[in-house]
Amino acid sequence: MHIRSIQQRRSGMARRDVLRLGALAAGGAITAGMASACGASSGSGSAASSGPLVFLSDQLSSTDEESAMRRQVLSGFGTSVNFTSFADATQFIDQVVAQSKAGVGKLDLIGGLQGDFVSLAAQIKLRDMSDVIAELRNRNFPPQYLDLAKINGTYRFVPWIQASYLMVANKQALPHLPAGADVNTLSYDQLLAWGQALKKATGRELFGLPASPDGLIKRFIEGYLYPSYTGALNTTFKSPDAVTMWEYFKQLWAVSNPQSPTYAFMQEPLLSGEVWVAWDHAVRMIDALKQQPDQFVAFPAPSGPMGKGSLPVLGGLSIPATSKHVTEAKSLIAYLTEPKTTAAMLDTEAWFPPTGKLPTNLPPALNGEAKAIQAMTNAPDAVHCELAVGLGAQSAAYDQVFIDTFTAIALHNQPIGPTLDKAATTLQSVLHTAGAACWKPDPASTGVCQVG
Amino acid sequence: MAYLLVFFVSPMASGVRLAFTSQTGQLGLATIHQLVNDPGFWSSITNTLIMLGLILPVQFALAIVMALLVNARLRGSGLWLYIYLLPLGISELASGILWYSIFTEQGWLNSILTDLGIIHQPVIWLSYQHPLLLICTIVIAEAWRSTSIIVIILVGGLQAIPKDYLEAADVFHASPWRKFWHVTLPLLRPTLRTALILRTVLAFEVFATVIALAGSSLDVLATKANNAYTQFQEPHLAAAYGVLIMLLSLASAALFLTVLPVRTEQAR
Repeated sequence: MHIRSIQQRRSGMARRDVLRLGALAAGGAITAGMASACGASSGSGSAASSGPLVFLSDQLSSTDEESAMRRQVLSGFGTSVNFTSFADATQFIDQVVAQSKAGVGKLDLIGGLQGDFVSLAAQIKLRDMSDVIAELRNRNFPPQYLDLAKINGTYRFVPWIQASYLMVANKQALPHLPAGADVNTLSYDQLLAWGQALKKATGRELFGLPASPDGLIKRFIEGYLYPSYTGALNTTFKSPDAVTMWEYFKQLWAVSNPQSPTYAFMQEPLLSGEVWVAWDHAVRMIDALKQQPDQFVAFPAPSGPMGKGSLPVLGGLSIPATSKHVTEAKSLIAYLTEPKTTAAMLDTEAWFPPTGKLPTNLPPALNGEAKAIQAMTNAPDAVHCELAVGLGAQSAAYDQVFIDTFTAIALHNQPIGPTLDKAATTLQSVLHTAGAACWKPDPASTGVCQVG
Repeated sequence: MAYLLVFFVSPMASGVRLAFTSQTGQLGLATIHQLVNDPGFWSSITNTLIMLGLILPVQFALAIVMALLVNARLRGSGLWLYIYLLPLGISELASGILWYSIFTEQGWLNSILTDLGIIHQPVIWLSYQHPLLLICTIVIAEAWRSTSIIVIILVGGLQAIPKDYLEAADVFHASPWRKFWHVTLPLLRPTLRTALILRTVLAFEVFATVIALAGSSLDVLATKANNAYTQFQEPHLAAAYGVLIMLLSLASAALFLTVLPVRTEQAR
């Protein structure tokens, strides 16, 4: 009895306590809610301007890159910035398009490659960035980058980062170079002879290309092989020179590591020793050069019968039309294009400044890459290529033609002539749908670029 | 019902609509025409079917043995069940990357074989020149990752078999093999059918393992759908691949329901 009465008393007290606490909590919540609502309504202007800026990109997406971006690049900006990056350009584009179409976007700044902005401009109205470019006149952006920042005649992004593609070799491969060959002035024939010599000496195919679905072999074909062998791209797509180029490529592919279709970033097979000589994007090989600077050497892409084809990579910044923090976003663009910040980007992320001016005393890895890129740009036989202009939503379909051609010829061993004839029809259809005129290295055209 | 409408019926209807709409928004068969003429379409169907034809027998043979071992209640069988279930906690992509580190040229497998003196030069297991070998590596990775799903289903089925039947077989001095073949397996048929349908549908959707191990060397239907959307930004073509995968999944389910009918007395 006694025990039961104590239990009842305890439970009764507990019930009362719970009810009392509940009432207090409810009252508190109502009070806090009212207070916060008042606060929000009275201070909405200041909250909007002082909240973190949201910066979305499809670059710098690895954990290390994202962390370095937050800690070493954006930490110097006065306002807090929420930086997020997607590894996949499609996700980035989908996100920006969805927010723009909904008209309630949370994004304040977007950073992508030139091609991403072209794809975005085909789907949504991007902000005219002429005012920001005018304000940043003292950055001295090169005219060719400012031209690329114009989509349909209007500036749609501000140049932010740039890079290029180059070659890296393990120093173990250098003794096998053909007689008289210099890695800095290599020809494609010498590259093939080098690959063959490596195979003869080691029994392994030690040349490597990034041919996985996430790899950039399409740029090797579009910006390096075609210009070097045919002097152009679209207008010589199925020409006799192009047939010669594909015949050459089949030989080079025969001395390439058969695992190349699984390689996305060549720094990994270089570091593991599966590949001794590789071509890739500068950013995708920097880890090999940084981790083992004494073991690897960077050098320019080779030259072909028509010269040394090379392709730049340009990334830009834009403010979405839905941003509520335009002034702060403009300040962030100004900060990100300052020489001090671009030097930090180069040091931590291996992306070069959009002005082309490099800081002095670069670390060996970056210095090697910078020298290789400069050698390609300043080569007497350089064939300068532009990033595809005017393709809009057809950009991916355009790349697909080159990937399908590579797959058919290199992986499935299909005959070169008929494959090029079939692909040329698809390529012409893509260019026609986009209404794209020719771009360098193709000669300028008055109407749609004609596949030759 | 609302949940089904929002999360299943609506995306499915949207996918079908995309598949039967052209890029310019016209209703018709333009995307289906594009699908059939897509380079690698037919080889992706062949590869998917070969992969399926290898995965199903390998996984079911393994799963039946593993389920029988668990069901035999041997010492430590509970621990074995936990070990079998470990790969279930690993995502498909992580599993693909793990197996890539095993099969790559400088990977664990070649290192072990070299250390044992079995090989003197690394073997390229993931070469585009040997598609069947590539498929075998994918089958091994998939068998490791998802056999445990079938084991769970089969253990459930085995535990539902009344002991009377096996005791009756013991009375007639039936050997363990005859008990398995004439008693356990027929009574396990409804469970096997469910597991077969589930595994076949899931096998049609495997893509991360294929991308990790084969890259662009080999395409299956799911990688074609993924690449069409992410790499080439063609949602209509990706949806057409998705609809094809759905139809093949439905057809395989119908096939198993027809080929493996459940007798009423078994279902009871």
